[in-house]
Amino acid sequence: MLEIKNLHVKLEEEDKQILKGVDLSVEAGKVHAIMGPNGSGKSTLSYVLSGRDGYEVTEGEATLEGEDILDMEPEERAAAGLFLAFQYPVEIPGVGNMTFLRTAVNSQRKARGEEEMSAADFLKMIRAKAKELKIDADMLKRPVNVGFSGGEKKRNEILQMAMLEPKMCILDETDSGLDVDAMKLVADGVNALRDAGRGFLVITHYQRLLDHIKPDVVHIMADGRIIKTGGPELALEVENNGYADLLAEVA
Amino acid sequence: MALPQIKQDATDARLAALTLPDGGWSDTARQEAVARVRNMGLPGARDEYWKYTRPDTLVQPDAPKAALFEAEETPVFGEVDRLKIVFVDGVFDAEASDDLAMEHVTIDRLADAADIHWAKDLYGVLETRGQTPVHRPLAALNTAFATDGVLIHVTGKAPKPVSLIYRHESETSDAILHHVVKVESGAELTILENGPAAARFNKCMEIDIADGGVLHHVRAQGRDPERRAATAMFVRLGSESVFKSFTLTANGVLTRNEMVVELTGDDAIAHVAGACVGDGDFHHDDTVFITHDALNCESRQVFKKVLRNGATGVFQGKILVKEGAQKTDGYQISQSLLLDEDSQFLAKPELEIYADDVACSHGSTSGAIDEEGLFYLRSRGIEEGPATDLLTLAFLAEAVMEIEDESLQDEINGRVEAWLTRRRG
Repeated sequence: MLEIKNLHVKLEEEDKQILKGVDLSVEAGKVHAIMGPNGSGKSTLSYVLSGRDGYEVTEGEATLEGEDILDMEPEERAAAGLFLAFQYPVEIPGVGNMTFLRTAVNSQRKARGEEEMSAADFLKMIRAKAKELKIDADMLKRPVNVGFSGGEKKRNEILQMAMLEPKMCILDETDSGLDVDAMKLVADGVNALRDAGRGFLVITHYQRLLDHIKPDVVHIMADGRIIKTGGPELALEVENNGYADLLAEVA
Repeated sequence: MALPQIKQDATDARLAALTLPDGGWSDTARQEAVARVRNMGLPGARDEYWKYTRPDTLVQPDAPKAALFEAEETPVFGEVDRLKIVFVDGVFDAEASDDLAMEHVTIDRLADAADIHWAKDLYGVLETRGQTPVHRPLAALNTAFATDGVLIHVTGKAPKPVSLIYRHESETSDAILHHVVKVESGAELTILENGPAAARFNKCMEIDIADGGVLHHVRAQGRDPERRAATAMFVRLGSESVFKSFTLTANGVLTRNEMVVELTGDDAIAHVAGACVGDGDFHHDDTVFITHDALNCESRQVFKKVLRNGATGVFQGKILVKEGAQKTDGYQISQSLLLDEDSQFLAKPELEIYADDVACSHGSTSGAIDEEGLFYLRSRGIEEGPATDLLTLAFLAEAVMEIEDESLQDEINGRVEAWLTRRRG
């Protein structure tokens, strides 16, 4: 599904290398987790994949179902099936959540040459999905993320993911700022989307989220590289011993 | 005091090109207005309140030519049930207009009004009051030489809006329209205005709202890219009365909208808002003067401008709180969204306060499109163009929301959307 090979990335504005050769392959139907200390490059990886400005790919490649995504505009990547759940979802005053989502759904359909979703079908779908995530009608009407609590913002990300039905979902520290109940709700939302055709890349600091979203593969990232890959037990190891041992191992 | 020679010459040249209409009951007011124009002189580039907007094309004897807009589009307010009053290049068109009759509202054509008319107490009167402390000579010129307009008397809650439609059919038309509106105690009306009007349009509206009266005003100015307009509204509010005005301006090489509001009765409310979208050869100027002269009144000014390809936006907004106007609540915000580095926004907020128990706030900002927001929208699959449009609409929303009637909000938003889509090509 998602293939990343030898990805090197530096900041555009300063000569600072952030990713120093990332290799990663996420298969359809699998959940991969990336853990790692602060500053290891986890969020940069998610931003580069989704097409945010400010980064320069100096080497390597990233493909989604065989298609090179690094040359695509952010909206083309989205239409191709990539979705990033933001660590800090952006507030957009003046744009209603519902309008935003409907525009997004239909923009992607149009880009893929599919028919637009009718207003009635859209309403039916969003009501059902919102209910599962305990998002009330008021939250749908309000401007995107404006005045939302941390938990509401993250639930709203998952709602977008559910509505857009991407092939490849990247979750960037979706657990940050969530209490236990909110995390459960978000995890349930993600689990509901797990199926054989969809890949997940879950970026997190903590093992806790992985109790709820069970990963198939866990990667440890440090200093711009994946330094270790293993099964779910690797996350527990980090939880118990921290990163220090792992870092020492590869040093 | 003698006028500077250059201003004297410009004023003489303009006056020489105009003929005083036979105004019947308004003759005295017109002659006095001519005297005011002679005394003040027409606006010049050195005038304090014309620093950011060049008045020459508004003052010169002949209207600069303005091509007619070709694109097919449904006129705004098309879905609204309203009483239509149509002017073509500044001349009332009875054929195209509805019957000037509606429950609780009487409407007379300025040119037809009988000799003794209620409007005699207002015609040129509110305009004259609005000449202090800042001169508005184009409005005085209007009072003197207006050839048409309507006199609207509202005595109860009007069943539907009065819609003033200004069509532009001649490339060289120079239209001067003057309307007078009197809202009696407890009465209520919505006035809609739209259309490019003329190659050059000078429009003045005097509005008197008695105690407890309500007037809503929604205007969509636009279309023809080469048209010019100088408009002025003079509004006097009695106690517990309400005035809410919103203007959308799109296109037009030059627009100057003056709004002069006087809160003379306690507990009155005046909200004036404006949104403009300008691309290229576009100069838009909002000049607002709100005077608080009573207790516990509220005023709001909300102005938003979207500018690109070298367009210019101007905002000159003043709140004057007179001595004794305690508990005044005044608010003013003017903001621009500059879509490139060639466009500019010039803002002059002014507060002048002579009472000690008031709350007045003002703010002015200029900014570019929010990159974070843009990336967020694009990451969800919305293309850059539509995403920028969405953020542009969002930027204007605070001003558009000042319109109370949601269906009118929709009309205005639809208009902005169409404009944005057209510009994107």
